[in-house]
Amino acid sequence: MSKIAFFVLAFLSIFSAMMVVFSRKPVHSVLSLIFCFFTIAGHYILLNAQFLAAVHIIVYAGAIMVLFLFVIMLLNLNAESEPHKTSAGKIAAVVSGGLLLLVLVSVLKSTDGLQLSAAPDSQVGMVKNLGMVLYDKYMLPFEVSALLFLTAMIGATMIGKKELD
Amino acid sequence: MTNLIWLIPILPLLGFLINGIGNKNVPRSVSGWIASLSVLGSFIISIGAFGTLMADPNLVIKADYFEWLSAGSFTLDFGFLVDRLSIVMLLVITGVGFLIHVYSIGYMHEEEDYARYFAYLNLFVFFMLLLVLGSSYVLMFVGWEGVGLCSYLLIGFWFKNNAYNDAAKKAFIMNRIGDLGFLLGMFLIFQTFGSLEYDTVFAGARQMTFDQPVLTAITLLLFVGAMGKSAQIPLYTWLPDAMAGPTPVSALIHAATMVTAGIYMVVRSNVLYVMAPFSSEVVAFVGLLTALMAGLIGLKQNDIKKVLAYSTVSQLGFMFVALGVGAYTTALFHVVTHAFFKALLFLCAGSVIHAMGGEQDIRKMGGLKKALPVTHLTFLIGTLAIAGAPPFAGFFSKDEILAGAWTHSYLIFGILAVSAILTAVYMFRLYYLTFHGEFRGSKHQQEHLHESPISMTVPLMVLAVLSTVGGFLGMPEIFHMPHFLNNFLEPVTGWADLYAHGHASHTFEYTLIGSSMVLLIVIIYLVYNKYVKDAHVPKADHLVTGFQNVLANKFYVDEFYNTFITKPLNVLSSFSYNWIEKGFIDRIVNSFGYLTNGASGVLRLVQSGHIGLYIIAMVIAVILMFVFKMII
Amino acid sequence: MGSSILELVHINNYVMLAAILFAIGVMGVMFRRNTIIIFMCIELMLNAVNLLLVAFSTMHSDPGGQVMVFFIMAVAAAEVAVGLAILVMIYRNVKSVDIDILNKLKW
Repeated sequence: MSKIAFFVLAFLSIFSAMMVVFSRKPVHSVLSLIFCFFTIAGHYILLNAQFLAAVHIIVYAGAIMVLFLFVIMLLNLNAESEPHKTSAGKIAAVVSGGLLLLVLVSVLKSTDGLQLSAAPDSQVGMVKNLGMVLYDKYMLPFEVSALLFLTAMIGATMIGKKELD
Repeated sequence: MTNLIWLIPILPLLGFLINGIGNKNVPRSVSGWIASLSVLGSFIISIGAFGTLMADPNLVIKADYFEWLSAGSFTLDFGFLVDRLSIVMLLVITGVGFLIHVYSIGYMHEEEDYARYFAYLNLFVFFMLLLVLGSSYVLMFVGWEGVGLCSYLLIGFWFKNNAYNDAAKKAFIMNRIGDLGFLLGMFLIFQTFGSLEYDTVFAGARQMTFDQPVLTAITLLLFVGAMGKSAQIPLYTWLPDAMAGPTPVSALIHAATMVTAGIYMVVRSNVLYVMAPFSSEVVAFVGLLTALMAGLIGLKQNDIKKVLAYSTVSQLGFMFVALGVGAYTTALFHVVTHAFFKALLFLCAGSVIHAMGGEQDIRKMGGLKKALPVTHLTFLIGTLAIAGAPPFAGFFSKDEILAGAWTHSYLIFGILAVSAILTAVYMFRLYYLTFHGEFRGSKHQQEHLHESPISMTVPLMVLAVLSTVGGFLGMPEIFHMPHFLNNFLEPVTGWADLYAHGHASHTFEYTLIGSSMVLLIVIIYLVYNKYVKDAHVPKADHLVTGFQNVLANKFYVDEFYNTFITKPLNVLSSFSYNWIEKGFIDRIVNSFGYLTNGASGVLRLVQSGHIGLYIIAMVIAVILMFVFKMII
Repeated sequence: MGSSILELVHINNYVMLAAILFAIGVMGVMFRRNTIIIFMCIELMLNAVNLLLVAFSTMHSDPGGQVMVFFIMAVAAAEVAVGLAILVMIYRNVKSVDIDILNKLKW
């Protein structure tokens, strides 16, 4: 059952990712990406990382992608105004992307031999467990990331505001 | 007193720091006295140390203060050594130095850079004391370089005059040549004896067999250093030019103390020189040649300070002859008496120049004895002392040198006697031209003739007294008086006396004294006739002809050096600059620059500014990196 | 649940899935000229890495990997906020989001 779920989800992820790249309208790309993120959240659940799946949906689908949509609407981008590369450029992109995939696959082939060492602990991905780790071992990075957000907030406001004449 | 000797050099250093750092913030009335009193303090301590040393003939005050240098197995302590040799030098330096400092207060009173002058003078005394006090060749070398630096600074004291700067540079460069010899000598000493401390080196040298080539090499190299510092042929030409400095500086540095550093060094190393007879011969020969040549040149100079400068060179030659014939005590004796009477002569000359408003040409002087009575009298005493009239100081020391030369070789004695006669001739010529006859200067100068202030005349009088009685430090044997200096220095030069050639007979000494007195009277009479009775005045420079012209032009040595050393070097360096540097090296370096420039001009085209292209390039690079990783 | 998905599906599959997603992201960056789409492709690449991290975290029962994903999400959120602000700024100036117009990045 889980196995079938994995393959279905994997197929959907790849398909929606392709759609992101190849759809003509930017809005379609964004919607595909949101869908892709949902499938990845599904993967997370399969992997017993429930907390992360929730956070993923909230942050990506809920916040980041809304931001994207918002910007696209703000800039009024549509298929007509969409710039396209020359076909030579497209071919070059596809070829080098394919080459990269090829190389990555051949490099990562060594994971074939990896085996599960011990019985995995299914509780690892739970909120309680992660919270213990996050607020104990990774306390300082956590605080620093808070600072990072503050900086990003100030930066975005600074850059995005209208210039004073 | 023995634990105070570190104060001897420190006091002048303090004076230097106060005057040097304070510079124009030090009140003019104070800075001269700070400088003088610091040297006086050193003088008093030196007297104390002298008393201590007098009491015990075997006493040597040696004090190591800290480990100075340490490299591998080589260590060197920073230490002072006060023995009977250095105490004599200390007394001369601080004593004469103090008098000249006092004199400077009067002489330099119109000078703007008053504090700077005294700072340099103090610094000089400090380095000179360091040179004498050091217990190793290295410390001596530090002082040796330091006095060279101060000499440079003081010759070029009036640095706004370019000719003075050139004179300063000349002195410095000439000294550098000598210093190189000194340095090489030090290396060889270290190589041979494994140490640079006097004690170790001399103890080692006493163990060696007589006349070793390495000792000859060491002593010759050290002597090259002495040639530079003590202005011997061929490195003497800087000293006459050094007269560009203020006159007290000429008195202190270029007559009384610094130029005798070479003699001090040879006396200090007497153990080495005794063991190297060939070097001693060279020393004697060079000294002899210098004495004669400088004496000849001195005959035809018309600048009051130049005459004295050449006489200094000549007297230094005398000292080196004494060193060369093994009469180390005698050389030091002459250093002491020479310091008295030559400092006196220079200070008198300064007083004359002061009165004449900066005029130095004796052809424009004359008849000054009425206007400058004190200067006249003291100058006469100095002249008599240097000419060797009894009972003045020079008489005893010079006769002792002549006697030493007699026992060594009749030829040396003969030439040296001629030089001694020359000394008397040019000194009396100078004396008569300056102080007798009619005044030949301008009306304006005549009106302003005045005796110098008391701060200048008192040092003159003290030095005149010293020039008179200084000779009693070393009475000849025939007077049945103890030769004080010989006995005093016995612990230092005793080793050398073992190799001495014996003493001149009493008959000879009587003959020498008698004949020198007669000759002196004849010379004085002749010179008096020529310059006072006949009122002969040396001709203007362009009218002098023949051999006299050669003498007036100092044997064309400067021109010779210019043509055969300076000019070829200039040609060589301009060749190196124009062809090797500009044509070859610069081109190579520049072509690298052009290559880089050109290559980057081509490579720059890759940077089109299209971000898309950049991204593709990056991806391809990443792919290549992975591929590379796989292959490896 | 007790059992893990990794007992059924080999980790290799996850690695391949992540590699494919990453390659698609890279290709998308090169394929499109619209800066916003390029931005989204970068997000896609980040998610491919995240997925792999979670997979390995589960495999080793190590919460460290998931914490790392958490931080990556934080960084991505910040990046998007600033990046989109820059983008809006660019659009305001050149009236375009075409990456080929932005060709001043040269000496």
